[in-house]
Parts: sequence; C-alpha cells; structure tokens
Amino acid sequence: MSPLPVSILTIKNLLVERGGARVLDIPAFSLSEGETLAIIGPNGAGKTTFFLALARLLDPVRGALLFKGQDVLRPELTISYRRRLAMVFQDPLLLNATVFHNVAVGLKIRHLPKQEIARRVARYADMMRIGHLLSRSAKSLSGGEAQRTNLARAFATEPELILLDEPFANLDAPSRDTLIEDLQLVLGQTGTTAIVATHDRLEALRLADRLAVMNEGHIVQTGACQEVMNHPANELVASFVGIETLFPGIVQKASGGTFTVEVAGQKIEGIGEVAVGETVICCVRPENVIISRQEAGAETSVRNNLPAMIIKIIPQGPYFKLQLDCGFFLTAYVMPQSLENLALQEGKRVNLSFKATAVHAIHRGK
Amino acid sequence: MDLIISGLGKAFRLLLSLDQEVFAITWLSLQVSGLATIISLFLGISLGTTVALTTFPGRNLVVSLINTGMALPPVVVGLFVTIFLWRNGPLGFMGLLYTPAAMIIAQIVIATPIVTGISLAAMQSLPEKLRLQILALGATRLQMLWLLMREARLPLLAAVMAGFGGVISEVGASIMVGGNIKGYSRVLTTATVMETSRGNFEMAMALGIILLFFIFLINAVLSRIQQQTKVR
Amino acid sequence: MKTSSLSKIVIGLFVSLIIISGLAGLTPAAEQKTIILATTTSTQDSGLLDVLIPRFEKEQGYFVKTIAVGSGQAMSMGQKGEADVLLVHSPAAEEKFVSEGRGINRRLVMHNDFILVGPSTDPAKIKGVKTTVEAFKSIAAAGSLFLSRGDNSGTHAKEKAIWAATGLSPMKEKWYQETGLGMGQTLSVAAEKKGYTLTDRGTYLALKKNLGLEILKEGDAVLLNVYHVIEVNPTKWPKVNAPGAKAFADFMVSREVQDLMKTFGKEKYGAPLFFPDAGKKVEELGK
Repeated sequence: MSPLPVSILTIKNLLVERGGARVLDIPAFSLSEGETLAIIGPNGAGKTTFFLALARLLDPVRGALLFKGQDVLRPELTISYRRRLAMVFQDPLLLNATVFHNVAVGLKIRHLPKQEIARRVARYADMMRIGHLLSRSAKSLSGGEAQRTNLARAFATEPELILLDEPFANLDAPSRDTLIEDLQLVLGQTGTTAIVATHDRLEALRLADRLAVMNEGHIVQTGACQEVMNHPANELVASFVGIETLFPGIVQKASGGTFTVEVAGQKIEGIGEVAVGETVICCVRPENVIISRQEAGAETSVRNNLPAMIIKIIPQGPYFKLQLDCGFFLTAYVMPQSLENLALQEGKRVNLSFKATAVHAIHRGK
Repeated sequence: MDLIISGLGKAFRLLLSLDQEVFAITWLSLQVSGLATIISLFLGISLGTTVALTTFPGRNLVVSLINTGMALPPVVVGLFVTIFLWRNGPLGFMGLLYTPAAMIIAQIVIATPIVTGISLAAMQSLPEKLRLQILALGATRLQMLWLLMREARLPLLAAVMAGFGGVISEVGASIMVGGNIKGYSRVLTTATVMETSRGNFEMAMALGIILLFFIFLINAVLSRIQQQTKVR
Repeated sequence: MKTSSLSKIVIGLFVSLIIISGLAGLTPAAEQKTIILATTTSTQDSGLLDVLIPRFEKEQGYFVKTIAVGSGQAMSMGQKGEADVLLVHSPAAEEKFVSEGRGINRRLVMHNDFILVGPSTDPAKIKGVKTTVEAFKSIAAAGSLFLSRGDNSGTHAKEKAIWAATGLSPMKEKWYQETGLGMGQTLSVAAEKKGYTLTDRGTYLALKKNLGLEILKEGDAVLLNVYHVIEVNPTKWPKVNAPGAKAFADFMVSREVQDLMKTFGKEKYGAPLFFPDAGKKVEELGK
C-alpha cells in the first residue's frame, strides 16, 4: 500500500431525507483506493441508504460527493458515474434468462462489442467458479450459485468501486464461507476498492481493512478493525462488535492513561482517558478473560484477579461461553479441553483474571 | 346440435369458395381490431409501466380508475363515442361516425384500460429492488424500462391477448359507431348479430365459427411467443 | 429470451400490413358525397336495398351509409339531424315528424303487408275469422301465446295499433311476451314456443321453410305496411346533405325503381315482396 493512500471517495455534510425525516447524516467520510471497508450496524441503521446514496440512486438534500476528485452529484454525470461502480444486493436479483446473459447485462448496457462481452463473461464467471453454468437458466440455480452470478455480473463491469450490501446474509454457512474466500481472492486479484455491509463481525474481520459502525443514519465510529473492536466508542458499538461484558463503574483514580474503577465492591484497572468521579462503562472482550482454579498462585502481570462463580455454560460450536458472577456479570470463552481439565461446571467457584489493557472505558452519554 | 354441424359445414364452404363478402368482412375485423390492439398496446403498456414504477399524489385513485376501466361495458363506450362523433356533436366535423375509423376509436377506448391494468400488475409484480439493481448497473431510463418489460414479458403478452380478445369479440360498440354498413363497416361480430336477428342461424353460426377460428389462430401465435421466451 | 426470429418476422409483417392498409383504407369518405340513410331492420333484411343502393351509388356517385335500426331509432336519428333521409314505415310517427317541421317532402314509395302467423294447430281458432282485429280478440280470449317484438319498430307499432282497435291491453298478461328482438329472431321464438306473432311477409317468406308456422290471417286493410321516404329538414339541421337526400328520395320514387320493385322477390319467393305506390294516395291502397 502506498504511504499516502489516495482518496477514491470523499463525502462532506451529506444529508438524505425521506418523508421529511433525516435518514442519512454524514458530516465527513473518506475511502482510500484499494481498501476494503466493512460497515456494520443494526437493521435500519442506514447501511442500504448509504449505498443507494453513493450510487446516486437516492439524491441528498445537501452535501458533496467526490469520486476521485470529481463532483459526481451533477445530474449530467449520473449515468457515467454509476457505470464506474457496481452494486451487489443481498438478493441476487437475476433476470429470467441464462447465466451468461445475466453476467453480460452490465456489459450490454455499456454497449461493449460482442467479443469483449464474451471474453469478460468467461473470465469473471470462472473467477466466481460458475463458468460451467453459463448456459443454465438463472431460475434453476441454487442460492449460492445465484449470488455468485450476481457477483460475476458486478465484477464483469470492472468497476472502480464495488458496494456489497449484506451479500451473504441469505446463504447457509458453508456457502457463505467459500464465497467469502472467493470474494477475497477476486478483490485481491482485481485490486477493486470495496465497501461491504454486514451483520457478521467475523465476516467483517475477514474481509476488511477498516471498519465503520453505523446507527440511525450516522457513522458512529470508523477505524482499523482491531481498533474499533477493542475500543468501541460507545455501548452501541460495543454491542455490535460483540463485546458481551459491559459494566458501569465510578472512576476512583485516573492518571497517565490508566484508571481504576470501583464496581460492586471490586477494584478494576483499565486503560483510557477518564476523569475521577466519572461514571464509565467498562468493557472486556470474552476472549480476554482467563479462568483458573481458586487457589493462591504465583504473582502474574495480570492486574485484575477476581473470585467468581460459574452461572451458566453454553456451548458455542468450537468453544464454550461461560457466564460468571463476580459481583457483576462477566462473559468468558473457554476451550473444551480446558473445561475438562479444570472440571468446570455450573455452580463451581473459580478465579478469573483479565489484563488492564483489555479493559476499555466508554464514556456515558456519547 | 345439428345447427353447429351445419354451421361448420357452411363455414368451410364459405372459406373454400373464397366468398368475397365473407373475406372482406373477416379482413376488416382483423384490420380494425388489429390496429386498435396495436395502438392500445403502446398506450396501455406505457401508462401501466409509468403508474407501476412512479409515485405521485392521487396514485391510488388512478389505479382504481384503471381497474374500473378494465370492466368498462363496451356498449356504454359505444354510446359515448357515438355522442362525440355525431354530426352535431363536438367531433362531428371530423365526419367519423359510421366509419371503420370510429370502430377503431371505440375499440381503443375499450382495450386500453385492459392492457393498462394488466401491464400495471405485471410491472408491480417484479421485485422492488430489481429496478434499483438495473439502474445501479448503469442503465439509462430507457434501458431500464426495456429490461423490466422483458422481465415481465409473460404477463405483458397476456395483456396483449386480453386486449385483443376484448375487442375482436366486441359487438355493441361496433354496431353503434360503425353502423354495420355492407362492404364498408361490417365485421364478423356485427354480421353475426345481423344474421341472427334475421333468423339466418346457419349463416350466423358459420360467421361465428370463422371468428373463433381466427381468434384461435392469433392467440396460438401469441401464446407460442409467450411460452417460447421462457428459458429452457 | 431467444424469440424465434421467424415468429418475429411473421408478426412484424402482419402488424405492418395491418397498420398500412388500415391507415390507408380507413379514411372517411368525402362529406358532400356521403348520405346517411336511416331505415328499419326489416327493410334492410328484405334485401331490396341490397339491389337498389348499389344502383343508386353507381348512377349518381354517392356513398350511401345505410343505418338499419328499429323504427324508433331511425325517427330519432332524423329528429337529431344525424341522418339525411329516412325510409320508414310508421305513418303515425312520420306524420308527427313532418308536422313538427323536422322532415320535408314525405313521399309514398311502396307497401308490403303484414301477416298473422301461428302454429298449424291454431289453438285460438283464428282461421276463418273475418278480420284481423277479431283474430286478435280470439287470441286474447283463448289466452294463447302471442309474441311481440316490443322494440318500437314499425311492426311493433302496427301490432299495438291493432290491439288498440280491439280495445284490449294485453301487455301485462302472461300469454303476451315481448322479445325485444328483430323480426327474424322473433319468428324463431314464435316457432320454438308455438305462439302467434305479427310479421311482415318478406321476413316470413325468407325463413318459411325452417319455421313450421302457418299464415293464419292476411289481406286485411289494417295489415298494410306503408313505406314513405322523408328528407330531413335542412333548415332545421344545416349539416344534412340536402341535395343528396333529395337525390335519393327522387330515386326511390322514380319510374325505374318502381318498375324494379314489381319483380323483386318473385324469383326467390314466388311472389313480389313489395308493391310500388309512388304518386298514389294512401287511401287508395289495398283496394
């Protein structure tokens, strides 16, 4: 990646209204060329609206939209601008025709010559691994095959930016898996800039360099994936990035970027900029909680050690989710092997520990 | 029962003997209803598509009117058109009453709401996001409309057949505005009524059978197109 | 998606053919040379006009639009100035028409007659009854099925006049049924239901062999059906084609046409259907 990322898309003060209500309000946003951005957020957050606005299928009340430096809100540029993008919806939305024709639709719209169309269809269908289905009727495809056709159709137009609105939400887990892999490959091979909206944070983590969290028409936080996931700006973002342990506490001490809060009689240490006396919400990712037997052990670098009781053990596929009570509720993930070795069961008393660096404070009212 | 058989026989004889009058009547039927259907197609499909794909104040009312129009009694249409085309009526100066042109006009009024109503339903039955997807692929409005209509071709062709069916079989308005004038504005339906009222049932049956035959022929071709465009 | 190219071509050709021939052939005829003739269905059905009109058109270069409707409608068309000339047979209505200034030059053209027909079993026993009026009375007395056209046509008007002469008003009776249909159809209904009906001779003769009804009363003066030609008054309706109307009316009473009428129908039915009367007085007829 070049040291100074080239901005492919810049938004300033974009406001979209529908029926008098503000559905999208974005003061600033920018996207770098070649990057993959994931957008996550609850239903109704405005993800689809954002995409429609980007593709100029919805017109803003005010604001600026610059694509590679060009003001693309000008009406005479609508069609030519749209032809530089591609959009992929959750529903494949294929036409009642052959797979070939569907993949070729965008190219026919652009009046490309026949040979070029044939060449591109073959190339991108192969990339999406549906090359053998070209003469099949679109109606006869499975869900996964249909979505692949949809993707091939989008990529065949060789867009400068591709927008994917929850593209895998309708698929079963195995199909989703292979498709995400294939999408990554194609994005990598073609170097296309992409924005992917998704519910699934694992998907976001796999595909994206950057993460943006949306709620109620606003972009609440953007940043590198790890950054956002570990340091959510507020409770909503936290719940969305999958932090399940959230507890309020009053700041007792704070200095130099570290703090101590008191909660349910316990003292917890964490990192962040907070003020003494402030009530903050602390969050700890379940991955970062360590369970050990209730014995006095060797001194460790872990700052937070608490006794707790296991309330519930929930299987989560490859691992187990434990809900514990240590004066407040906390969630931890444990591997099956460890569950066995430590003979963990509901009702058992254990020790739990987590590093101060794993504790992040969310200011209330943000 | 023997009437049907003797009517069939007469129909054959009329056709095989190339009876000039019967041919003229048949050809006029096809011309008048054919032209009326073609014009209604243009009007109806554009109107139906527009209403389906756009929102505007009073849309619900317009849709109700269109659906009501599908059930317009042809004789009532005939009456209204007659009143307009009367010599002393608003369009009397055009001298259109008792001409095939007047029949075409009346049939357009009858067929257009039918074609509009079915086209409206056809376009509305398409997935909502499909329109957006096609636009997102960079289509111009025209390209988008064309693609959507191609997508809805099955019900749209049904609209064509319904419109044609409604007018080729129509008699009330045709008699009123056409006058059933021999060799000029007489068509299969009006001739059938006339022969029936004269008591010439065999002739009436023959004409009716010829009419049925052509209706079948045309619908067979349209059905073929409709079904053939389904991908195997 | 792949429409058979052949089907497309065939459709395209057919459609173009229709459009081209349609647009070319369907332009309305020139105003001056068009005459709208309002007449009755029974006149049309007799076939007389199919002989006379082409002759007139050829000789004088007019295009005659023959609109055959019920008598009532024909008179209405005249009243509204929507026809140029009328050829009808409802004397009472015609007289009113002329006295109201709506028509001019009412001239006697021809007559034919009505006959009373019914099933050969003759349940009301009207065979041999002296007058038509008495025959009607017998039908009422016997309560036998009687079919009326009920459509304000000339035939219907004549029928109502005869009932009026009997002093009876059978319209609400069960045995009196109105079909609202043309003469041919009404005859079929009468044949089907074995009832009596009043009909013009021409239509009866044309359908006779399929009907199975017999002539049970004929020849009465009251059964005469008299045809007049009336030109619609151009001062009342300036848009009428007055010269055309006059030309047609003159044609109908011309020597040539009157002679033609004498033989019309003879070959087919064994007797002429119409009796030419131009120049005579109405009172003289039937004597």
